[in-house]
This record gives sequence, C-alpha cells and structure tokens, in this order.
Amino acid sequence: MIVYGVALLSACLIAGMLIGETLGVMLGVSANVGGVGIAMLFLVFASNSEVFKSMTQGISADGIKFWSAMYIPIVVAMAARQNVAAATEGGLLALTAGVAAVIVSFALVPVLSKIGNHNTPSSDDDNEGVA
Amino acid sequence: MDILETVFVRNSLVVAFAVIGVTIWFSYFLADKLTAGRIHGSAIAIALGLLAAYWGGVTTGGRTGVADITLLGGIGLMGGGMMRDFAIVATAFGVHLSELKKAGLAGVISIFAGVIVSFVVGAAIAVMFGYTDPAAITTIGAGAVTYIVGPVTGEAIGASDAVITLSVAAGLVKSILVMIGTPLVARHIGLNNPQSAMVFGGLMGTTSGVAAGLAATDPKLVPYGAMTATFYTGVGCLLGPSILYFIVSAMF
Repeated sequence: MIVYGVALLSACLIAGMLIGETLGVMLGVSANVGGVGIAMLFLVFASNSEVFKSMTQGISADGIKFWSAMYIPIVVAMAARQNVAAATEGGLLALTAGVAAVIVSFALVPVLSKIGNHNTPSSDDDNEGVA
Repeated sequence: MDILETVFVRNSLVVAFAVIGVTIWFSYFLADKLTAGRIHGSAIAIALGLLAAYWGGVTTGGRTGVADITLLGGIGLMGGGMMRDFAIVATAFGVHLSELKKAGLAGVISIFAGVIVSFVVGAAIAVMFGYTDPAAITTIGAGAVTYIVGPVTGEAIGASDAVITLSVAAGLVKSILVMIGTPLVARHIGLNNPQSAMVFGGLMGTTSGVAAGLAATDPKLVPYGAMTATFYTGVGCLLGPSILYFIVSAMF
C-alpha cells in the first residue's frame, strides 16, 4: 500500500519536529532545533532496518519516492513565495551584509570539507559514482 | 471573472501544482534550447520563481511573494514550511548512513563555524556603516546568520524595529543569493560529494537557500546539505542573544 510509505514519512517528520521543538524549549531558544534533520535520520534508520521493511520496499516505497521527487517543484513554489521585495528594500547595509556573509561562507566550504576526510579527492569521486 | 476566481481560489493547491508544472516545463525547455543544458532547468525555475515573487511583492505589498495574488494563493501552501520540510525529509530516503558518519564531525563543526563567521561578517558591516549600539550590531550580525535568527535575537536583546527589519532584509539577501549563487560556484568550491554538501549546509544554514541551491546544483546532494542546515537556525538562535551578544557588548 502506497500510503504506508507516506505514513512512515509523516511519522518521521512529526517525531523529528516534536524532538526539535522540545530541544528548543530545553535550550530556551524560540526555534525548532534540527527537527527536520532528526526526522531525516529517523527515515534513514527506518529504511535500513528490517522492522520497517514492509513500509520501505515495493509499492510502499513509491509513497516516499513520490514526495522526494516533488522536492524540486515544491522548492520552486517556495522561491515564488519569498519576500524578495523586502530583500531589495533593505538598502545597502542589508545587501552588503548578506552578500559578504555568503561569499565568506562559500570560501570556507573547501576548507572545512577537508576535516576528517583523509581520502584523496579523486577516490571520493569514485565512491560518489558507485553510490 | 467571478467564476474563474471562485474555481481558482477553491482549488488553490491544485492550481499551484499546474502553475508550477508549467513553470518547470518552460524552464527545462529554456535550459535545453537556450543554454544547451549548461544551466540546470531547476536553476532557471527557481530564478523565475524569485522574479515572480518580487513582482508579487511589489504589486500587492504583501510578504509572501506571488502567493499574495489571489488567484495564486495555493503557491503559498505548496511552497510553505510544511510541504518544504515534508519533501526535504523524503529526500533522505536512500541516504547511506556511512556517508553521514564520514562527514559527521566536519558537519557539526561547519554549523558552529557558519553561524559565527556569518555573524562576525554581518556585525563588522554594521560597524562599518556607523552603528555603535551593541544591540543593533548584534541584531544585524544575527540577520546575516539567517532571517529568523535576526528578529529572534533582536527581540530578545531589545533592538529597535528598524534594526530588526534591516536584519531580516540581510538574511533574505543571503538566502536568495545562496539559491542563485550555489550552482554557479559549486564546481569552484568542490561541492560535488556528500561530505562537502554537509559542510555546505552547515556553513550556509539558510534552509530555503540550501534547499534551492543544492536542488539547482545536484539533487543527489540535497539530503546531505539539508541535514546540517536544519540545525543551523537553532544554533544561531541559541548563540545570538547570548554569547555573541555578550562579546559584542564587551567590545562596544
């Protein structure tokens, strides 16, 4: 049943969000701390476990794959509902701060990617190809 | 016109599916014919979405881009936080645990490094623009972290409304730039494997920016980047009104 996969996906999201919200309250932060990331971990564990096999294989898996495939359309809709006008009205200070933060962060990606990564870049590419 | 509006409003989400579908078809058509596949169709679709959002915001004066136009209200639901998070979690299906473990440490470090670096850059720009009030400097720095961390921090430490608005604008600029810029710089920053995607998500942090930026670069990388990015705003809200504010207060 396709809905089993959808239900598993929903259960993972809700469980992750509840934990993220609880973490936020515990830390005294008015934000959900990593709810989506935790939900993703649940789904990864579930899809690697024997217990949930009936929900992550065959037709049930299609219920998850459909939403995974809907990701890009949903992101396009997300782009279309951003407050772009406000971003352009923030003036030079907002523009400079946003742009500078992005440039510096981009520049740090290759630096931090080396942490805990003892393989040569070329062998990493091979792994990616296999996966 | 009344009939059209009634049908469109009553079936807003279905209208959104159709409109987004046509937009994506058109974008892939452009990517294929005009750029010979050099630019991802999804990158063009996201750029079109942002343009439409700008147009929607300017014509209606609302805050949710094209979703403020009555006939296109369903885009607000389709592109809202609930559907976005649902689809992001779905992308984790098929992710290898070993890849996550390999980049775990780098991912965690990148979240803290990302928050602190963006904050320092934003705060420094605020100082360069003549701000001397620690609460204002902290809030603008927090806005450069994400557009959620900015107002959360600003309200916690009592910054003025004008400064909070500025911090949101800085965060929006960052988010939009990550959406557009990621596919352009991906090759130069080695963004082509799960490990660097996790570091990228942690450093950039803006969930929308990372989600769209990676989608336009290589959809396979999305789950890895999104995984770390979703912790970033929480860490930012934790550090902004506390340690980072104390440090700024001690300096000014």
